[in-house]
Amino acid sequence: MILVYADHDRGELDPLALQVVSAARGLDADVHALIVGPNAEKCVDDLASAGVRAVHHGTNAAIDDYTPRANANAVITVMDRLEPRAVLAAGTPRGSEVLAHVASIKDLPLVTECSEIALTGSGTAEVTRARWGGNLLERSEVSADVLLATVQAHAFAVSEDAGDAQVEAFEVPVTDADLEVSIVERTGAAETGVGLAEAKVVISGGRGMDGPEAFGMLEELADILGGAVGCSRVVTAAGWRPHAEQVGQTGTKVAPDLYIAFGISGATQHIAGCKSAKTLIAVNTDGQAPIMTHADYAVVDNLHTLLPVLIEKARAAQGA
Amino acid sequence: MDICVCIKRYPSLGSAIMLTDDGMAIDTDKLGFTLSPHEECAVEAAVQLKEEHGGTVTLISMGPEGVEEQIREQFAIGADRAIWIRSDSTDVDPQAAAKAIGDAIEADETAFDLILLGSESADNANAQTGVRLAHRLGRPVATAIKGMTIADGVATCERAVGTMREVYRVPLPAVVTVKDGLNIPRYPSVPGRIKARKKPIDEVTGDLDAPSIQLMGLTAPIRESKGAQDLGAGDEAADALVDVMKQIGVLS
Repeated sequence: MILVYADHDRGELDPLALQVVSAARGLDADVHALIVGPNAEKCVDDLASAGVRAVHHGTNAAIDDYTPRANANAVITVMDRLEPRAVLAAGTPRGSEVLAHVASIKDLPLVTECSEIALTGSGTAEVTRARWGGNLLERSEVSADVLLATVQAHAFAVSEDAGDAQVEAFEVPVTDADLEVSIVERTGAAETGVGLAEAKVVISGGRGMDGPEAFGMLEELADILGGAVGCSRVVTAAGWRPHAEQVGQTGTKVAPDLYIAFGISGATQHIAGCKSAKTLIAVNTDGQAPIMTHADYAVVDNLHTLLPVLIEKARAAQGA
Repeated sequence: MDICVCIKRYPSLGSAIMLTDDGMAIDTDKLGFTLSPHEECAVEAAVQLKEEHGGTVTLISMGPEGVEEQIREQFAIGADRAIWIRSDSTDVDPQAAAKAIGDAIEADETAFDLILLGSESADNANAQTGVRLAHRLGRPVATAIKGMTIADGVATCERAVGTMREVYRVPLPAVVTVKDGLNIPRYPSVPGRIKARKKPIDEVTGDLDAPSIQLMGLTAPIRESKGAQDLGAGDEAADALVDVMKQIGVLS
């Protein structure tokens, strides 16, 4: 049996949970899902019809929002009772946090960001996982009675199989210490760069922008194309743009239809964030810049003289 | 406030990754070394807290000869002293790493109010050492934090989720793992660099458990050039770009 830890935010199921169910079904037909907290009834229904045999719904009167250690206790309660061969979660901050607590308490290894998982024997598994923000792939053998793993987003397609699972409610055991850290409030939209991760077009600038001023032109072009503005780490480290706009390994990972990199050299830190773009255009004065090896189209020119012309022509084309 | 910051030395990759012949490691022969942005932000946060509340900043780093270089860099930013856990490699299994760091912290005479780490390492990104360390020390933990203030013995921590921020209150002493964007790390000053030479590094031997995750091999996804089509320059390039945008369907 494979157990899937499914996350939700105030009753909305994490869409990646269904990908994790898919990954689990690739290992064993007998998949159970676990969800914790109040307001999760709709998620229970969503999971019950996603091809799992059972959904375990853990609650406790003391839990009213995401509480990492209580969620870990819920995983451990089901683990101890049903002895799954593996426990999988989405490779999100919450998924890896909850499984890291489980791993710590049970003294088990945890492999994160897996794109391939194979159970090779009793107590062994082989995984492929991302290193360096996906610039390297690691193959590893894990020795553990229960494999704990998080699954890379979009590595597994959601399967269409529906089913009708049984639902089992249970009480999550918690101590005061388990409740110490939980979400106490949410603050909204403090950051700009809304929708960068989902944008169909991303217009990005790097060191070659020479300062914050020229980003006004990137905003203009992004507006015309209905896209978002991004930037490289050099730009956020210099304080030219907010960190929320950083594309890269320590920023946002984007997968737009079109990515245009203005004055970005193409360090691995940046490529980790933009390599999933369907089309990548690089504009750089240096035709030998590393970004060129990742580009579909190259313009070797000064971005400061090119941008005004490009904006004018794009606007004319849009109006035509 | 006494703060401990865990830092890790990484090869500075630049734009291409070369592997060793056996495919088991990055060939670092021609590479410099650095910290990750997450950890640079952790040190900056610690130094800011020291400036605000007083106290000390201690660095912990694990690895072979060479980690001193990154320790001295962060001394120049404002950290006061360091514990160097000597090990054969910086590539340490996270279970073993958390145990060795926990041992070093318990053995140290400072009772740290706050222990900071990066949310995940730049290289292996196991994203668990902070949580394991918190359990090892019996302390609460918040992870992947991009905003933090400390008052009345409580760290108020913010995690960015899309355009929202989740707020967690963590009673000290605690472990917090942080992300790039928490602050903008300062550059070392010249006086900072001079002071850095004299700050103390205590060396301890890491007692590392055998790893339960065994590396079988590394591969770099295809590195050959996609063979970018040259669109020229100037007006010609602008026209060609507009054509590409129309072709993709992002411009009507």
